[in-house]
Amino acid sequence: MQVKLLSARFDIPDAHKIEVAKEHGAYATLDKVFAMQPEEVIELVKASGLRGRGGAGFPTGLKWSFLPKNIDKPVYLAVNSDESEPATFKDRYILVRDPHMLIEGIIICCYAIKSQAAYIYIRGEYTTQVKALQAAIDEAYAAGYLGESIAGRDYKLDVTVHRGAGAYVCGEETALLESIEGRKGQPRSKPPFPAVEGLYGCPTIINNVQSIASLPFILANGPDAYKAYGTEKSPGTHLFGISGLVKKPGMYELPLGLPILEVIDKVAGGLRDGRTLKGVIPGGSSTPVLTPEEAQTVTLDYESMAAHKTMFGSGGIVVLDDTVDMVKLVENLIYFYHHESCGQCTPCREGLGWMLKIVKKIIRGEGTTADIDLLTELCDNIEMKTVCVLSAACTMSTRSYLNKFRHEFEAYVSGGASSQTAM
Amino acid sequence: MSDRSQLIETGKPFAFDAQRDAEFERLAKRYPTRESLILPSLWLVQEQEGWISAEAMAYIADRIGTFATMVYEAATFYTMYNLQPKGKYHICVCRTLSCYLLGKQEIVDYLQRELGIKPGAVSADGQYSLEEVECLGHCGSAPVVQINGEFYEYMTVDKLKELLATLK
Repeated sequence: MQVKLLSARFDIPDAHKIEVAKEHGAYATLDKVFAMQPEEVIELVKASGLRGRGGAGFPTGLKWSFLPKNIDKPVYLAVNSDESEPATFKDRYILVRDPHMLIEGIIICCYAIKSQAAYIYIRGEYTTQVKALQAAIDEAYAAGYLGESIAGRDYKLDVTVHRGAGAYVCGEETALLESIEGRKGQPRSKPPFPAVEGLYGCPTIINNVQSIASLPFILANGPDAYKAYGTEKSPGTHLFGISGLVKKPGMYELPLGLPILEVIDKVAGGLRDGRTLKGVIPGGSSTPVLTPEEAQTVTLDYESMAAHKTMFGSGGIVVLDDTVDMVKLVENLIYFYHHESCGQCTPCREGLGWMLKIVKKIIRGEGTTADIDLLTELCDNIEMKTVCVLSAACTMSTRSYLNKFRHEFEAYVSGGASSQTAM
Repeated sequence: MSDRSQLIETGKPFAFDAQRDAEFERLAKRYPTRESLILPSLWLVQEQEGWISAEAMAYIADRIGTFATMVYEAATFYTMYNLQPKGKYHICVCRTLSCYLLGKQEIVDYLQRELGIKPGAVSADGQYSLEEVECLGHCGSAPVVQINGEFYEYMTVDKLKELLATLK
């Protein structure tokens, strides 16, 4: 089931070094790219059907085409390497094992959108990863792939790494821009969208690391080669992160469209011996949980996830078995989102704290049925009433556990819950 | 979470060393506004001193040419900036989702007992500080512990015992 498009160089020793990466094809697309017009590159990426791999799944080429025409301001690229959604750990592999694939992708993107400055926003926790990335960028400057003249051409591009410092919300694209500008990571109201007014008030494209890293393959092999993988509406491959209670957790590159249960069984080794499946989180902690029955018909693509009222998200799959206490899991998740609220909007800042208090009360055995209903009511009153979707990330997921595993909440309320996991 | 509203004064002036000074000047050419240097400068201070004092924030504001409150606002918002000295070994345990499912609590409990400190605290001898942090992006090799920036994956209490023995 596994394929190697993006991960082609991951297992080659020292592929993070420019000489080794070049021996195995890195930077080979640049001749082709510079022979094209920028608009042609955009059309080619559009034709590949590549969708944003950060979570929203918005078509990458289409996003680029939203830049205003005849711009008299600089255009910026911001590469989102914040990777903070719990269960997401895919971009880390690109940063460490094949950073030159990312740099080549940045050159392709910047040429297409006519940008001469890219910023890679990397989460502060990625300490060893940021060193690996910076070392690769330094190599690329020394080899003439970045700087005043890209690969000997009359084209200038600077790539600068900007480190975050522990704020999940900075993965939200406008919070990310605020953070690069030196402020607190508090999201901006949209519109204006960043493509029109982004970094420093200038047109800005924000793309996920994996989206950008997919470009060299697409440019080298053409859109049809990319579309040969995946489904019609979800073409290509994805670096899936599978974690939780499986025998072989890890990062696996797979074409989109595979049945989720088959992937859990055959790729991730299946459940631990003697355990049964209780649920699957399909695409990062914010995506609504699937019951084993629902998971039967789910495939790993954007359409199937939407049809099952959940989301493809970041491709971070978490497997939950029968030992998991769903109420305590929800407490763990609400704690996370409450802790990471930037404090700008009252419903999120106050509401998530209120939800946490209620779920803690339920776990202490002091809750009532009315408290379970109040949690649902709070979800409804917080969601979509804030500048960004951080609060919705908490309420959408919480609501799914309340709806699908309500009996576990009720067991706590009636005093019948048996604590199965330590918290 | 530790208190992020109080600044600590050292009573001594702060300045970048030569290496950080050069990095500051390199970065200054990369951003169209001086304020973009706030986060990188806070990192440079932390790399140099291990934490960020009131004097260091004033120095950054001065160096950038911005209001001290801009620097203070960023320093207090972003939780990875240490506003007080940490232990010689700063131990972070991921508490979120996959690490939670795979037993992060046993690790936290063990460290609390062994080091005699609660998350957020520094041991009396200054050797260790302990913190529970949110998702560290190593869910596929959970549970994960980060010590002075280095990641230790598939962590167990036994492995941690061996690891602690090497941190003296």
